[in-house]
Amino acid sequence: MTTTRPAPPSTARIALARVGLELRLFSRERQQVAFSFAYPIVMMVIFSAILAGDERPGDIPFAQYFLAGIAATGIMLVSFATVGTTIAAERETGVLERLQLLGTPPAAYFAGKAGQVLVTTAVQLALLLPVARYGYDVPMPADLEHWLTFGWVAALGALAGTVLGIAVAALPGSATSVSTGISALALVLQFFSGVFFGFLELPGWMQQVAALFPLKWLTQGMRSAFLPEGAGAFEVAGGWEHGRTVLVLGAWVIIGVVVCARTFRWRRGEG
Amino acid sequence: MTTTELAQLPGTTSAGPPVISLRGLRKSYPGRVVLDGLDLDVHRGECFALLGPNGAGKTTAIEVLEGVRRRDAGSVLVLGEDPARAGRAWRARLGVVAQGEGAGQALGVRETLDHFARYTATPRPTGELLAAVGLAEQAHTRVGRLSGGQRRRLAVALGVQGNPELVFLDEPTTGMDPVARRQFWQLVRDLRAGGTTVLLTTHYLDEAAELADRVGVLARGRLVEVAPPADLGAGLRRMSTVGWREGGGWREVRTEEPAAVLRELLATTPHAEVPGLTVTRPGLEDVYLSLVGAEGGSR
Repeated sequence: MTTTRPAPPSTARIALARVGLELRLFSRERQQVAFSFAYPIVMMVIFSAILAGDERPGDIPFAQYFLAGIAATGIMLVSFATVGTTIAAERETGVLERLQLLGTPPAAYFAGKAGQVLVTTAVQLALLLPVARYGYDVPMPADLEHWLTFGWVAALGALAGTVLGIAVAALPGSATSVSTGISALALVLQFFSGVFFGFLELPGWMQQVAALFPLKWLTQGMRSAFLPEGAGAFEVAGGWEHGRTVLVLGAWVIIGVVVCARTFRWRRGEG
Repeated sequence: MTTTELAQLPGTTSAGPPVISLRGLRKSYPGRVVLDGLDLDVHRGECFALLGPNGAGKTTAIEVLEGVRRRDAGSVLVLGEDPARAGRAWRARLGVVAQGEGAGQALGVRETLDHFARYTATPRPTGELLAAVGLAEQAHTRVGRLSGGQRRRLAVALGVQGNPELVFLDEPTTGMDPVARRQFWQLVRDLRAGGTTVLLTTHYLDEAAELADRVGVLARGRLVEVAPPADLGAGLRRMSTVGWREGGGWREVRTEEPAAVLRELLATTPHAEVPGLTVTRPGLEDVYLSLVGAEGGSR
């Protein structure tokens, strides 16, 4: 045998293989599929039934305000929660160990997760929006510009959520304890980020904590796509803050990926 | 064992530099020394077995060589590079049969192999791999439904998929039935016929004897002996035990020259039988047990 062999496949090619694999694995986990797609719809039905008569700041019907929040929550669920839980489980069962032994670049592994999350997010939203439109008379984004806003907010939010999931999966402990931590964090973030209640009604310190995490910006960005232009006056900053939304979510994605790629652990215990 | 295998003993020259070279390898975990100064050379084309009881440090040693575990001290070269710093091109030349599972329980066997084929520039054809490890009939079975032994076979297929120059087999046949074990042994022989160097860990003596050119016995973090299987514990093996009954009791003489002891014994009783007369030499297992210092042994 000689040492002259072709170079290993590029990170991009492995990333592509990973996206296909992740989608295939996800589609075979029936419970996960059902939960991911049904959760936002079920929440929409429940909350609208309870709070149907409520109005939000600026005379916005509850369902309209809530759609932005639940769309954001749904995205966090399929990105942050699913990715974090799956990585912890894959580390525990030795799936990651094999990837490490094959010399898989962490970036290719992350890209596989991100690709799967983006596709899942698109399907989830494609199921949720018609329910809101035809079941609860929630107006869809007003024009192309608002649809585009909806698109980039959803995509950037899903990517930021993926990175947060990768980061959280690095916490010590068994897959079970990581998944408990993720559920707890997701729940707290939902309340802090103005998903269920108007963000302005929250105490200042909660608003400040929430501003550090992607969900608050994702929710606010969704409101900017679904609510009338004038409703921006009721945000904390008196406007939609698109620039800052891009900045915070973008920072999560870029800084997060760099930090995660350097600190990623393929196995439990010391390396 | 034959003379060609003896020619690969350390100290003798072999073609090219060693594939694996260890000097003074040390590794401790909090409160426990796992590897206490290992020295070893494994040559190209050789099959070397690390033999030892559970907890002797076999897996830790192999993980250091694979570059997935840090060492505390010592120099390590695998395929000419330090595993702690080597990159993907180096890793592509290694194959590892790990103890963990494949890609996901919900994936089929063939799907798993097809998927991982995309990680390497030189994959062996999936059909050929399936046949080689005896999983052709399970090609469409989901990994989650495989038996323990079948999963090990899949791990073996994944380990050799990239046509590696050096293969690490960490307890590869644990959980396999005897038929699967023999099939696996044949697979290792086929690999070696292609010039692949093999480092194997096992706690099965017969497996080490069957496959390895040389065996290193690892006990308490040290290599207590390195030798071809037939020469393992040569000093211990030279000692025979002559035993017989005498005056209602059992007499035993341990000696390197059983014939001389027998001649003397027979001379004292020229016309009678010697009751219960036995001459025994220690088997491989007895040698192994005394090498690793196991209490009680088999007798």
